[in-house]
Amino acid sequence: MRTYLDFEKPIAELESKVAELRALSDQDDSAVSIADELATLEEKSRTALIETYAKLTPWQKTQVARHPERPHFLDYIHGLVADFTPLAGDRLFAEDHAIIGGLGRMNGRSVMVIGHEKGSDTEGRIKHNFGMARPEGYRKAQRLMGLAERFSVPVVTLVDTAGAYPGIGAEERGQAEAIARSTDVCMGLGVPIVSLVIGEGGSGGAVAIATANRIYMLEHSIYTVASPEAAASILWRDSARAVDAATNMKITAQDLLGLGVIDGIISEPTGGAHRERDNVIAAAGAVLDEALSEFSGMSADEIRKDRREKFLAMGRVS
Amino acid sequence: MNWINQVVRPKIRNILRKKEVPDNLWVKCPETGQMIYYKDLEANGFVVPGSNYHMRMSAEVRLKSLFDGGDYESIPFPDVSPDPLKFRDERRYTERLKDARNKTGLKDAVMVASGRLDGLKTVAAVQDFQFMGGSLGRAAGEAVVTGMRTAVMQNAPFILFAASGGARMQEGILSLMQMPRTTVAVQELREAGLPYIVVLTHPTTGGVTASYAMLGDIHIAEPGALIGFAGPRVIEQTIREQLPVGFQRAEYLLEHGMVDMVVHRHELRDTLSRLCGLLMERERGREIALPEQLNGVEAADMPKSTITAGDGEAMMAASGEAPAYKKGNGVAAASEDDHSDETPDETSAASNGADAERPRSI
Repeated sequence: MRTYLDFEKPIAELESKVAELRALSDQDDSAVSIADELATLEEKSRTALIETYAKLTPWQKTQVARHPERPHFLDYIHGLVADFTPLAGDRLFAEDHAIIGGLGRMNGRSVMVIGHEKGSDTEGRIKHNFGMARPEGYRKAQRLMGLAERFSVPVVTLVDTAGAYPGIGAEERGQAEAIARSTDVCMGLGVPIVSLVIGEGGSGGAVAIATANRIYMLEHSIYTVASPEAAASILWRDSARAVDAATNMKITAQDLLGLGVIDGIISEPTGGAHRERDNVIAAAGAVLDEALSEFSGMSADEIRKDRREKFLAMGRVS
Repeated sequence: MNWINQVVRPKIRNILRKKEVPDNLWVKCPETGQMIYYKDLEANGFVVPGSNYHMRMSAEVRLKSLFDGGDYESIPFPDVSPDPLKFRDERRYTERLKDARNKTGLKDAVMVASGRLDGLKTVAAVQDFQFMGGSLGRAAGEAVVTGMRTAVMQNAPFILFAASGGARMQEGILSLMQMPRTTVAVQELREAGLPYIVVLTHPTTGGVTASYAMLGDIHIAEPGALIGFAGPRVIEQTIREQLPVGFQRAEYLLEHGMVDMVVHRHELRDTLSRLCGLLMERERGREIALPEQLNGVEAADMPKSTITAGDGEAMMAASGEAPAYKKGNGVAAASEDDHSDETPDETSAASNGADAERPRSI
């Protein structure tokens, strides 16, 4: 059963009718008229999908980015990384399942992959805390990046979080420091980091692992200073105005490319990444691999310089 | 004068504004409700006598209280385009900016200045909470970067007084990008071997805490200051329970190892001066261990005190390529000989409490 978003209702109706008719025509092959009707209906449903997705509003994109069936970190790992060997723990306090990291091979190349995992069913979502990391997650990321650097292994990060977890324990153990230090480690790393926002890039919790040499986004992903709900709460003390915040804040991949914050956009199939997961994952793999290749032969200093200059230049021109 | 405020243009309004006299000559202590005469409060460094509540200070007052004789030179920072997102809600962002400028007389939420601290050349930046909650946008980011780079150019320690509600929502993602941008400047300070002292004042939260305000060599907090990543309201909404008393206050952070000390405002200047003096010892003629040595492969041969100094450098050292960090300021030249005893390890080693056990790659 596919999950439909609220604005997809007309599409949902058409697609269920198509499914019904198809079931009918399978049973009864004498009914020629049904085949005709089926074809028109399929066409209609297809057009509706294309039209809706051609003009998604920022809030609709937010919903697509959060779609429960959207491919998550582990799906990319299964699709792209051979010999993936997860590495656990920050060596200080705990293992945080909201951020997963480990070594593996992408297109033959040894890489350190780090990213947020939101979980894909109720149990998984609880285990991974909906992709909202605590300080341990960011300290694990720092540890793994340091490890990658010592062995000259490039780092790939996949970003998908509403933000770092706001809780008592997280504050107690220095959530702010963990994020600040993680950004610091990213910025000083002598191996390339390439980031891809696969769903939501939320606030400091995203930047902490997305301070990268190259940053890409999927077509219907978002990257924000604060989740639309949080921004609405900060600006207007009313999280119900999330739609307004999403509309005003320029959070879509297209906006961010225009602002010079990201380097490129990976197209999604009509209807969103969850409709053709394998294709999206393969396309992402190709882009990441190409980005990493740009840095082969560069010295640690050159890589560091590239990253620093990228961020210093950001926002200065526009 | 109310009608005139409605009619005249902002620029003129700014002239009409009487600068030094506060709206209310009597100020209420937010903690005890006690009423204090403004002049008394001012004379006491904006600390309420009796309750010891540390009130907010404007950027200007703060700088005056820091530098010798209250003398400082304001450092200009690059302009940014006013409203990249064309953000508007009930009002335009540009209008809100204009209001904040008129109210505070500042260009943006951060003011940068240089002066002398007990004779030692020092650069400081102050976030003014009156300016849109001290929020971090592109202008504030430029100010912080400019301040840190000025310190590097002048070979001076850098002191930052943080006060901020976090990132400026009206600048969206470009505001978020100030977190990595300011981090670049922090790294430049670190590479130049210059002290970076953060004074966390009430309140410091959000993107500011989650970047440069938590990357200091030494963290000082003012008593009672609220310091954290997520604001208390957000946390309460998320976990749906009451927060413990004293949660996210300066003293709580001290207890949890996030700041080095909580210092009363009356002792702040002396503390800052002492720390800068201790850390900048080499500027006064003594030759001591310098960061470059921390990058060397022979770190193991060095006295222990040298290795523990400045976790920051050790982190950087993880990236190898020692020569990259030799640059800057003629500082490196003094390093060859005497590096055994003078390392200010006590302060620096403590400064990154949470990091002290972090794996290092030397």
